[in-house]
Amino acid sequence: MVWRVTEEVFPTISEEVIVTINGITVRAPQGQSLLVTIRDLGIDIPTLCYHQDLKPEGQCRLCVVEIGEWPRTRLVNSCTYPTEGALMVQTHSEKVMLARRMVLELLLAQAPAAKLIKQMAAEMGVYETRFKKGDSEERCILCGLCVRTCRDIVGVSAISMANRTPAKEVATPFKEAAEACIGCGSCAFVCPTDVIPYTEKDGVRTIWGRNFELQACNVCGNYIEPKYQLEHWAKLTGDPVEFFFVCRDCR
Amino acid sequence: MPKFESVDHLQQYRRQLQASRDPNQPQVLVCSGPGCLPMGSIEVAAAFREELGKNGLNGKVLLKECGCQGLCARAVKVLIRPQEIAYQEVTPEDVPEIVEATLKNGQLVERLIYEHPLTQEKAAFKADIPFYKGQMPIVLRKLDIIDPQSLDDYLALGGYRALRKALTGMSPDEVIDAVEQSGLRGRGGGGFPTGRKWRVCQEALSDIKFIICNGDEGDPGAFMDRAVMEGDPHAVLEGMIIGGYAIGAKQGYIYVRHEYPLAVTHLNKAIDQARECGFLGKNILRSGFDFDIKISRGAGAFVCGEETALIASIEGYIGEPTPRPPYPAESGLFDYPTIINNVETWANIPEIINMGAEWFAAIGTENSKGTKVFSLVGAVNQTGLVEVPMGTTLRQIVFELGGGLRPDRQFKAVQTGGPSGGCIPEQFLDLPVDYDSLQSVGSIMGSGGMIVMDNTSCTVDVARYFISFLHDESCGKCTPCREGTKHLLHILDEIIAGRGEEEHLTLMEELCDTMASSSICGLGMSAPNPVRSTIKYFRDEYLAHIRDKKCHALVCRPLLKYTIDPETCTGCLACVRECPVGAITGKKKLPQDLDQELCVKCGLCYEACQFEAVKVE
Repeated sequence: MVWRVTEEVFPTISEEVIVTINGITVRAPQGQSLLVTIRDLGIDIPTLCYHQDLKPEGQCRLCVVEIGEWPRTRLVNSCTYPTEGALMVQTHSEKVMLARRMVLELLLAQAPAAKLIKQMAAEMGVYETRFKKGDSEERCILCGLCVRTCRDIVGVSAISMANRTPAKEVATPFKEAAEACIGCGSCAFVCPTDVIPYTEKDGVRTIWGRNFELQACNVCGNYIEPKYQLEHWAKLTGDPVEFFFVCRDCR
Repeated sequence: MPKFESVDHLQQYRRQLQASRDPNQPQVLVCSGPGCLPMGSIEVAAAFREELGKNGLNGKVLLKECGCQGLCARAVKVLIRPQEIAYQEVTPEDVPEIVEATLKNGQLVERLIYEHPLTQEKAAFKADIPFYKGQMPIVLRKLDIIDPQSLDDYLALGGYRALRKALTGMSPDEVIDAVEQSGLRGRGGGGFPTGRKWRVCQEALSDIKFIICNGDEGDPGAFMDRAVMEGDPHAVLEGMIIGGYAIGAKQGYIYVRHEYPLAVTHLNKAIDQARECGFLGKNILRSGFDFDIKISRGAGAFVCGEETALIASIEGYIGEPTPRPPYPAESGLFDYPTIINNVETWANIPEIINMGAEWFAAIGTENSKGTKVFSLVGAVNQTGLVEVPMGTTLRQIVFELGGGLRPDRQFKAVQTGGPSGGCIPEQFLDLPVDYDSLQSVGSIMGSGGMIVMDNTSCTVDVARYFISFLHDESCGKCTPCREGTKHLLHILDEIIAGRGEEEHLTLMEELCDTMASSSICGLGMSAPNPVRSTIKYFRDEYLAHIRDKKCHALVCRPLLKYTIDPETCTGCLACVRECPVGAITGKKKLPQDLDQELCVKCGLCYEACQFEAVKVE
């Protein structure tokens, strides 16, 4: 399933318009995210902070494309830019590639231990960074996917971005075990560089400094999810909590 | 104050007010602007109050604490009206003399009048002072006339006449037409045509719309907006009410820094007065138009001056920008169409409505109309706030208004547009200042900061300073700005520490290109300007740091070398006593030795030596 930018984000999805992508004229729904339009054509655009189920934020700047006609062109991030009539787009122009390579070079220096970044960079011919590398163990690229998932999908906002540039990080409030966290682990699941510490041992899940007792299925006895999370679900749906204490396979 | 039930009522009140005021009544205006307050303007005003009382002049002489009078280098300034005698560097001790000589006997106090820093020419009257001569105050016009806390003062000078004109004689379309035809462009830095922005917002389909005044002035050394908010708050309110009428908004916000407590106080008071008199609230002047204004205080993040970050901040979220489109004029505060303009832009609106679009469009250059307020600071003799027509040359601003540099210094560059502006070298001094010309030489108008640098400033160090500011203030949302400022700072640090390589210059230029082309907001896009412009115009200095490991301006400490000249050294041991690391050794009354290995280049010996025997290169 491809997540379409809904009317909430671009209120004017109504009709199809004609856009020119890399010199090819195509039809696309007006107002749809340019990234979706381009990917639908089978053109590969790298992204790090984009997820089909989340509202795009345009943070990583890898999805930039060049729009306009020479000499008045500019780079925009395709994930947030709407598809408009008569738009001229270059997805792999020199300017675009320079920007993408530079961004990857910057990310290589910031998160030297992130395998995904190394792989993406290598695919674009960037094997080494000319910038000073940070902490050699660092993997977080501050894409914010975890924060947005926790806020928009899970709906609890247990983590958020803290501080500005020099000390920016993903953190729980006051860096203490987050009361709002339900231990669902969505943040760790969505993280592109596997940086969120998450362990499961002896029926206990540990995440963001908090231990969650895992609930075993009332039927098969396998661990399902943290009890706290299942209770949260029950509260949301109004169903009896026992309903969630049976795993999906046994229901 | 009465509540004005109709426009006629307002007009009648204004006439009465003007008739009751004697234009020849002596007035003492003590500048209480950002420059004079810390220099003791409150004490000076108190001394005047006491002295006037003692001499039985209470009621005869009017004492006002007014907004910024401009020439901040000569704080505290006192203006005596109606003659417009400008006294400078007034202390409470001078007050009895001023009262006795000027107010009672009509004589000048010679020692307190203006003296040109280079030619020593004297000038007693405001109109004769070169600092004020080239200026054309529109936004700052009322600052040294009115008491910012008095609505009567504002009304007597024609305040809220533009509102009356707009509400009674103009349709919203006509108001926007006037703003469009005036050619007014956003004074916050972007320079987007204000009228066009209003038109987009007016045409947006929504019952709810918002007006925002951006008072989040965060540039180091800039205080234009602060001076306007503190000195003429009603002008900002009037502009916003007219804007609200034009686009159909019912609610306005003023986003002002918490670090500007006086601006907050004066704005709050002005809002209360405006509500009391019926300029804000329901059914303004019986026109059927409702509008109100709230103050939202910012916590001082520089990025919150960026419009989308500011909106996020008002909404209560982290102050981070969001990608455009959609633009705020289509979907802004709480997702409703929003007009966001800078303080100075709003303060221009009443004048445009009053005087007409043609009048405004006749001032300035082809694509930049009107005047611009600059805060002129740095190595000039006369620092302060200046308002000049667009198209005034940098040379005029720096050498005529600013009174030039110290005689023993040479001009090096002027940095415009705050931290993310560029350094403009001497060859462009005759450049007429407007949005486009500044952009063409790699700088920006910004909100109007202007920092003059002389030969004692090192451009590499200057670039490092601004990048370190931007690095601290970058919100860190997008990769190019977050990581780019970090690495620019690191590379500049390396160059200053003597570890620079020539490849660093190419790398920085490449990085600057990416930051400028692919950052989310204006902060990241303009952050490379200080580096780019200094590399472009002062490459020699970078190369001197990199190849020769020398800083010719003697600023970058790690590159300095201190030596003791055995010929002139008297062996007084003054330097030995100062040196914190014991690098200087030798016997009394004999030339001293300086151990380069131990030297930490702190410069204390250089300052301690009275015989100029310590040399630095």
